[in-house]
Amino acid sequence: MAILHTVNKSPFDKNSLERAIGVAKEGSSVLMIEDGVYGAMKGASSSAMVEAAMKTVKVYALSEDLSARGVNDRVIDGVELVDYAGFVKLAAEHTQVQSWL
Amino acid sequence: MSEGTTKQFLYVNRKAPHGTVYALESLEVVLIGAAFEQDVRLAFMDDGVFQIMKGQDTTGIGSKNFAPTYKALGDYDVNKIYVEKESLDERGLTEDDLMPLTYEDEDDDWAEKPSIKIVSRAEMADLIDSSDVMFNF
Repeated sequence: MAILHTVNKSPFDKNSLERAIGVAKEGSSVLMIEDGVYGAMKGASSSAMVEAAMKTVKVYALSEDLSARGVNDRVIDGVELVDYAGFVKLAAEHTQVQSWL
Repeated sequence: MSEGTTKQFLYVNRKAPHGTVYALESLEVVLIGAAFEQDVRLAFMDDGVFQIMKGQDTTGIGSKNFAPTYKALGDYDVNKIYVEKESLDERGLTEDDLMPLTYEDEDDDWAEKPSIKIVSRAEMADLIDSSDVMFNF
């Protein structure tokens, strides 16, 4: 049961990313979208949590949302960037989509 | 508005720019309010610091990119912009990651000067304490 966990809230404002990572089992994926993409930033207070999660979970971020926020060039190494088509593909590849609002 | 008292207005911005409408609403109220010749100050803290990040390009998400509008604030005599250092630190940001917002000082031969001042959380507390009217976004 590979679940795609989507997170659309900033990790500095809400605990959605922390909860998604806490629940995401090995082999599942976390996709950051909208304000959630701030969670993909390196050098931030949230970075260590994301880097630790990447040992067991695949982490993605939506590139359009990163560019809109001017943070596309400061993403943690290993976080995979996807576009909207990639988002759809991920949703189709996983058994379920769990949205952390 | 030559009559009456001038009050200290403080706009407190705490939300990230594109996920909700708060940032754009704040900017519009600030620009409208600038016509009333009050003493206006802007504070950016928490995710609000993301509002004035360099390099925002909303082409891909199909929404209005209002980030360049912050650069016009100086022309409206809105040139006291305070950014909380602790909020930058938590996000791995420095002043260099922010747009260089400036104004032309009419008392100094229109010299171009920075509008942004980085302040500590304690200084932010003083700023809030010394304001007459606060708008929170």
